[in-house]
Amino acid sequence: MVTAKDIPGKNCISLILDDQPCLAAETVNHPEEPILLLAHADCRMLRKAVDAVSIEYEPLPPVHTMEESERQSTIIWGTDNAFKSYLVEKGDVEAVWKDAAHIVEGEYFTGAQEQLYIENNGVIAAFDPEDGVTVWGSLQCPYYVHKALMALCGLPEDKIRVVQMETGGAFGGKEEYPSMIAGHAALLSIKSQRPVKIVYDRMEDMVATTKRHPSRTRHRTAVSKDGQILGGEIEFTIDGGAYATLSSVVLSRGTIHAGGPYYWPSVRIRAKAVATNTPPHGAFRGFGAPQSLFAMERHMDHIAQVAGISPVEVRRRNFLKPGQTTTTEQTIREDIDLDHLLGRALELSDYAAKKARFAEENRSGMRKKGMGIAAFLHGAGFTGSGERYLNSLVGVEAGADGGVRVLVSSAEFGQGTNTVLCQIAAEALALPYEGVMIARPDTTVVPNSGPTVASRTAMIVGTLVQSAAQGIKQTLMKTGLLGDNYTPEQFRASCGQFIRTHGALKSYARYEAPGDVYWDDEKYRGEAYAAFAWAVYVAEVSVDLTTYAVTVDDFVALQEVGKVLHPVLAEGQITGGVAQAIGFALYEKVVWQNGRMINNQMTNYIMPTSADLPPIRVFFEQLGNVHGAHGAKGIGELPMDGPAPAIVNGVEDAIGVRFRSIPLLPEDVFEALQPEPPRQQGPSSTRGTT
Amino acid sequence: MRADPAEFRLVSPGDLQVVLSLLASEPTEWLPIAGGTDLMVLYSAGKLPNRKLVNIWNIPELRQIEVFPDTIRIGAACTYTALRGHDDVSREFPLLAAAASWTGGIANQNRGTLGGNIANASPAADSLPALLVYDAEVTLISVRGNRRVAYRDFHQGYKQTALAADELIRDISLPRRFSGYVSHARKVGARNAQAISKVCLAALGIIANGAIRDARLALGSVAPIPLRLHETERSLAGKKIEPSLIGTVRQSVEREIRPIDDIRSTARYRAAVAANLVVEFLEKLATERTRA
Repeated sequence: MVTAKDIPGKNCISLILDDQPCLAAETVNHPEEPILLLAHADCRMLRKAVDAVSIEYEPLPPVHTMEESERQSTIIWGTDNAFKSYLVEKGDVEAVWKDAAHIVEGEYFTGAQEQLYIENNGVIAAFDPEDGVTVWGSLQCPYYVHKALMALCGLPEDKIRVVQMETGGAFGGKEEYPSMIAGHAALLSIKSQRPVKIVYDRMEDMVATTKRHPSRTRHRTAVSKDGQILGGEIEFTIDGGAYATLSSVVLSRGTIHAGGPYYWPSVRIRAKAVATNTPPHGAFRGFGAPQSLFAMERHMDHIAQVAGISPVEVRRRNFLKPGQTTTTEQTIREDIDLDHLLGRALELSDYAAKKARFAEENRSGMRKKGMGIAAFLHGAGFTGSGERYLNSLVGVEAGADGGVRVLVSSAEFGQGTNTVLCQIAAEALALPYEGVMIARPDTTVVPNSGPTVASRTAMIVGTLVQSAAQGIKQTLMKTGLLGDNYTPEQFRASCGQFIRTHGALKSYARYEAPGDVYWDDEKYRGEAYAAFAWAVYVAEVSVDLTTYAVTVDDFVALQEVGKVLHPVLAEGQITGGVAQAIGFALYEKVVWQNGRMINNQMTNYIMPTSADLPPIRVFFEQLGNVHGAHGAKGIGELPMDGPAPAIVNGVEDAIGVRFRSIPLLPEDVFEALQPEPPRQQGPSSTRGTT
Repeated sequence: MRADPAEFRLVSPGDLQVVLSLLASEPTEWLPIAGGTDLMVLYSAGKLPNRKLVNIWNIPELRQIEVFPDTIRIGAACTYTALRGHDDVSREFPLLAAAASWTGGIANQNRGTLGGNIANASPAADSLPALLVYDAEVTLISVRGNRRVAYRDFHQGYKQTALAADELIRDISLPRRFSGYVSHARKVGARNAQAISKVCLAALGIIANGAIRDARLALGSVAPIPLRLHETERSLAGKKIEPSLIGTVRQSVEREIRPIDDIRSTARYRAAVAANLVVEFLEKLATERTRA
C-alpha cells in the first residue's frame, strides 16, 4: 500500500510546471485523482481490497466549465484559474474598424475527444537497490517518463531506465499520462521490492487519462466590401482540466494557428488556458490547432456570406502569399501557392459541378447534400524556441559486421517512424534499406532525440539521423577505409576494419537551430515553425432529414508536405487522421457529469467504424523545403485540422444552418431544425436502455 | 476484467432436462448462458449478479430452425448468423433477418442468440420489434412442463418478462402468413455498425382497394419495453395514404411512445425520429402499391 507519504522524491509528475501530484496528499482536484495505490500478488484480490477502502471527502465548490473558471468566483488553481495566457499583436487593430465594410463576429466551440489507441495505458516497473527503477511500457516519450521518475523517486539519471515496448497507437494520449502510471508502478515496486504491473482496462483508461482540450474561439473581423480581411480580434480559450500539464503548449499551437493560412494586416489574439475540476486535458494529434482552425474555417464561410461572395472566393482573396507575414510576423519564404492548391482540390472533388447539382436536387427529397471546404496549415516541429530547448541528440552506430543501427528515443506507435528513419539512414549511407536497423527506445541505449510528438520526427529527427549517418561515412572515408563510390560489401568490410582498430563506430548529431530562425517568447512574435505543411480539404456531405444524421460521402485531402518519404505510410497517416477528425466532427462526444466522463465505454463513446467513413482520397503536392530530411515536413497532425470545418461547412451548404459547435450529433441537427426551442428538461432518467 | 473467475461456477450438462432440473433446484441462483454476448459484458465489468452459470449453447434442440406448413419454429439458442443465413427466414421474415444483421459485429452475431435477446429484454434490442409485428409466440419450458405465451404479452415492464425463474425459452414460433406484406425495417443508431439503437422500427403493411388493410408497427428504444403501436395501427386501418393522414399518424406515434433522455439520445429526438420512420414506411407502402 502506497500513499503520498511513501514517495521518496518529490510528489509531482514533473513536466512543465510541477503542479500535478503523483498521489493526492490533502486535496483532490478532479474525480479521478489518485490517492492510494494498492498492489497484490493476485490481482483478483485487489477488487476486494479496493472495496475495503473508504474515502471521506470534504466537498469544496467545484468548477466544471470554462465560463465558471473565468468568472473566478471560485479559485481552484493559482490566483486566477489561468494556467497560461498569450497575447499576439500585429499591426494596429484599433485602426481597422472604421474602414470596415463589414464587421463579422462569431463564436465557435469544440469538444473533448478521447484518443482511443489500441491498447490502454500500461506499464511494468521493477526496482532493484543496485540498478534503481526500470519501467517498460506503452508510451511515446521515453525521456519524459525518465525525467518524471527521477524527480518522483529521487534517483539520479543512471538509476532510472525507461523502455518503450511495442505501442499500438498513442495519438498524443501516451505523451504525458505514462509518467503518471509509470510513477505509480515505480512507487509500488520500490515499496514492495517486487516487479509491479499496472494495465488499465478500457473504462479506467477512458475515465482517467487525458483527452483533447475543449475550446471556445471568438472572432471579430473587419472585412472590406470585397471580402478582404482588414484585421481582427481572436479570443481563444481552452479547458485545461485540473492541472497545468501540457496546456500551455497546446494553447501556444492553437494560438499560432488561429489565423489560418490567411494574411492578416493586423490582428490581436488573446489566448488563455483555464482550470476546471476535470482530469487534465492533454496532448492529442493536432495539439490545439484543430480547435482554433475549426473556428477560423467556419468563420471564413461566415465572412463569405456577409460579404456576398463564395466560400472559394473569400479564401482566394485572403490566402497568405510568399513574402507576406503570418499573425506572428513570420515571413513566408516557401514558394507556396495556395490558390493553386485550392484550384486543384476543387477539381479533384468536382466541387463546382456537384455544388450546383446538389442545390438543384435539394429542392425535394429527405436527403440534402452539400459541399464544404477548409484551407489550413500545420507547423512542423516544436513551437517557437522549443526545438532549441529540446537540443535533440541522435546517434547512428555500425557494427563489425557492417550492420547499421539508428539510435533515437523517437518511438514507433504505428505511424511508421522506424521505417522512415531507417530509410533516411540507408539513403545517407547508400545502403539497402534492409542493412539498417533501429534500436528499441531504451534510455540506457538511445540518446534523447526528444519526444515523439508535434509532427517533428521525420523532419527534425530525420534530419539528425541523416547527418549522423553521414558522419559514419565521413569517418570511414577520412581514415581511408572507404572510397567515394562503394558497394554495401565494401562498406561492411570497412566497418570491420575500423572497429578492429578503433573499438567502436558511432556518430552523433545534435540539433542546431537554423540561423535565420527568430522567435520572441515574450511578445509571441517571429518564426513560429521551421516549416508549415499546407492543405485544402473538400468534404461532400449529406444530411438525412429522417434521422438528422450527417454522413460524409466523399472526401478529398490535398496537401503540400514537402518531400513524401514513404508514399504508402504518408497516405496511411492522412487517411487515419481524416477518419479520426470525422469522429471529432460528427461522432465522438464526451458526456461529462460533475467533472467525470460518464460514457467511458466504446459502446457509448461513438467512434466511427469503416461503415461510417467515406472514400478518403489523398493527394500530395510537392514543393520541397529547406529544413527537413530530403525536404520532408511533418504530416502526422495535419489531417486532424481540416476535416471538421470542411464537414460542418458542407452541412451549412446542405441545409443552410450555421452550426458553431462540434461534435455535431443528429440530436443537434434535429434541435436546430425545430421551430420551437427544447422544453425545460428535468434531470434525465437513470433508466438505461441496454 | 473486473470479475474474479474463481468466484463463479459454470456447468455444461449438454442436456436440456439436466439444465431444467438445475434451474428448478435453485431457481434464482442459476443463470442460463448461451452465446454470452450480454452476460460476458456484465461479467467483465464486474456487474454480473449471479455466481452460477449453466451453459445452454451445446443443447441441440435449442439450436434448430424447423419449417412447418404454417409456422417456422426457431430454437432459442439460434444465432443471428443462423437467422441471417436461413433461406426461409430471409424470404418470409425479412424484418428479422435485417435485425439480425444489425446486431453487434460478426463475432457477436456468431454467438448472440435470439432467445438471449428476448430474455435480456432490452427495449433497445434490434430483433424484438420484428417479433412483435410477426405475431411471434414463445414456448417456455421447465420441469413443470411447457407453456406458450404470445410474444406481445412477454414483456411486462423494463426488464420484466413472463419468464419464471425456473424457465427457459425453448423456441420462438412465427406464423407464415406475412409474405404478402410490404415490410420496412430501419435502425437509427449512433453509427452504421456496432451501435445500440436510438430508435428502430419494424413495420409490415398491406394495401387493398387503395386503402391500408393492415398495418403492423413496432419500435425499439422508445419505451421501457419493445413497443407495438396498436393505436396507431388502428388509426391507419382502412385509410388511404395521403398527406392529411401523415400529420395524424405523426401525432398518434408521439402519443403512443414513452421515450426518455439517456446517455445515447434525447426523448425529443427519439419521438421525432420514431414518427419520421413510420412516415417513411407509409410512403414506401404507398409507392409499392403504385408499383404493383
